[in-house]
Amino acid sequence: MAQVTLDNVRKVYPNGFEAVKPASYNIADGEFVVLVGPSGCGKSTMLRMIAGLEDISDGALKIGDRQVNKVDPADRDIAMVFQNYALYPHMTVRKNIGYGLKNRKIDKSTIEAKVQEAATMLNLTEYLDRKPSQLSGGQRQRVAMGRAIVRDPSLFLFDEPLSNLDAKLRNQMRIEIKALQRRLGVTSIYVTHDQIEAMTMADRIIVMNGGIIEQIGTPAEVYHSPASTFVASFMGAPPMNLLEGRVDGGMIRVGDTVVGNTTLAVTGPVTVGIRPEDLEPSVGGQLRIDVSIIEELGAHRLVHGHIAGQALTMQIGKDTAIGDGPIPVAIKNNAVSLFDHQTGNRL
Amino acid sequence: MKRIKLETILDHTVLIIGSLIMILPIVMLLQMASTPDIETIKNGPGLVFGDQIPVNFEKAMFQADGFSGANTGVRMLYNSMILGFGFAFGKIIVGMMAAYAIVYFRLPFATMAFWIIFTTLLLPLEVRILPSYEIVQKLGMLNTYQGLIIPLIASATATFFFRQFFRSVPEELVEAARIDGAGPIKFFIDILVPLSRTMIAAMFIIMFVYGWNQYLWPTMITTEEDMFTLVRGIKQITQSIDNTNVPEYGRANLLAIIAILPPVLIVIFFQSWFVKGLTESDK
Repeated sequence: MAQVTLDNVRKVYPNGFEAVKPASYNIADGEFVVLVGPSGCGKSTMLRMIAGLEDISDGALKIGDRQVNKVDPADRDIAMVFQNYALYPHMTVRKNIGYGLKNRKIDKSTIEAKVQEAATMLNLTEYLDRKPSQLSGGQRQRVAMGRAIVRDPSLFLFDEPLSNLDAKLRNQMRIEIKALQRRLGVTSIYVTHDQIEAMTMADRIIVMNGGIIEQIGTPAEVYHSPASTFVASFMGAPPMNLLEGRVDGGMIRVGDTVVGNTTLAVTGPVTVGIRPEDLEPSVGGQLRIDVSIIEELGAHRLVHGHIAGQALTMQIGKDTAIGDGPIPVAIKNNAVSLFDHQTGNRL
Repeated sequence: MKRIKLETILDHTVLIIGSLIMILPIVMLLQMASTPDIETIKNGPGLVFGDQIPVNFEKAMFQADGFSGANTGVRMLYNSMILGFGFAFGKIIVGMMAAYAIVYFRLPFATMAFWIIFTTLLLPLEVRILPSYEIVQKLGMLNTYQGLIIPLIASATATFFFRQFFRSVPEELVEAARIDGAGPIKFFIDILVPLSRTMIAAMFIIMFVYGWNQYLWPTMITTEEDMFTLVRGIKQITQSIDNTNVPEYGRANLLAIIAILPPVLIVIFFQSWFVKGLTESDK
């Protein structure tokens, strides 16, 4: 078990492209941290630097108390689960799981015992003598997990491990991975582009964009107080509504409508963020929304409309009746976030 | 009754004619190997098979016709086997290792090195046979197995095939192996070689047959009779017909049949692997 410390870790490729801008953070022992962001945001590069598959251009990386910048991946006491599982196709499940231990010159009976233990934990016992090609996607994923577990690493790294699975299996594996991590108590870093995985699995989320860390926080913090318009629009499905508005004497306006007030000392143009589920139809509501489309999602509905010429989404319960045309809508208390008009940073 | 399509008839006709053309010389060999030499001299190749095969086999395999008496069929078969296997394994090992270096290590000028190797495909042995001979001679390797095999062991074909194959092996496999603590040599032996099984089999067939059929090089390198290979030994027999009154057609032809057999057996044995190795792409 170990904590991970990054101090101004940075990645610059030989062609001058800065994939990861200097990043500093600390991951506590046993914590499950999810790195999330769109494709090309540097999250995988960050993970690969921690794994040692990619050189660190600058800064210091510590796993436990040891600086590991120059340490070989095999000696970093880590285990990694890859997106395509990266199982050795010619080896049986048993050999796949035990290969890392074999290379560490551990004696055969110990390897066998550990492989059995991992297989039992992952319900793989009956597949131990099969080759990866004879397994389903979910089973292969389990083997990849098994390979990570038997090594008793102080750090687990996951590189989008569920993105090759179908939706149903993904939900199931998500829970399994999380439960397993809880049980083993191993510090874990998990890379994904799926914000639902990030929200459901993480103790803390690190949101990245363009090589920069936009926000580090618990799922609740990231969701309810996004640090920037990027985080606001990336986390949450449907994303947060971002409207052009202005603040005059503490009153927040979108168009001519007052959507709330603020104690912040700002005046002039701002970006107003409101989560779709913080809007609700109400006879006395201060907003007039021009409804154009209603999406039926079963558990709830999404109402797409306009306010002061800007698109807006509202999430309503499945039983809430609603018609077309302008309707009055209310905003729940403390549901309005304000962002700088220029930089997009939270005010 | 099912109607036979014109297309099927056409296809089969072409195939049957093709196989007849391929098989006829072999039938001829068999016929002459089974007929007494005197008959062959009188009538030329015929359609009647004789009973001389055991006699000719005995002569071909165990009788030498040189000065030293060392170039029996058995000896030549043995030499050919060494050349064929040494040639095939050597080329596979060198080709695999060269491809491994080119694909997996960030060598300076790796791409250029590859293309230089590749262009040697345009320079067959015959082009460089004089300098090659001189080197072998100066190293004192004339009339040795090393001299027969080593100068021919570098292979652009094998390097190229293995390079293409290695490039199709997923990058993540390399990374997983690195994390599993497999160094370059372990990765090569534990992962890459087993993954390349079918490729190796395909290369083995091609290279074995290629080595087995070498004629010019063994003729130059081996002057002592106990180093003769089958392919050049057959010629030796027909050359020595001056010594006898009746040319030994039967014996020479039987030796030719024996020379055909090992490559044929290897192709039959490795056939399914061969096809897999050249066509399989889902790695």
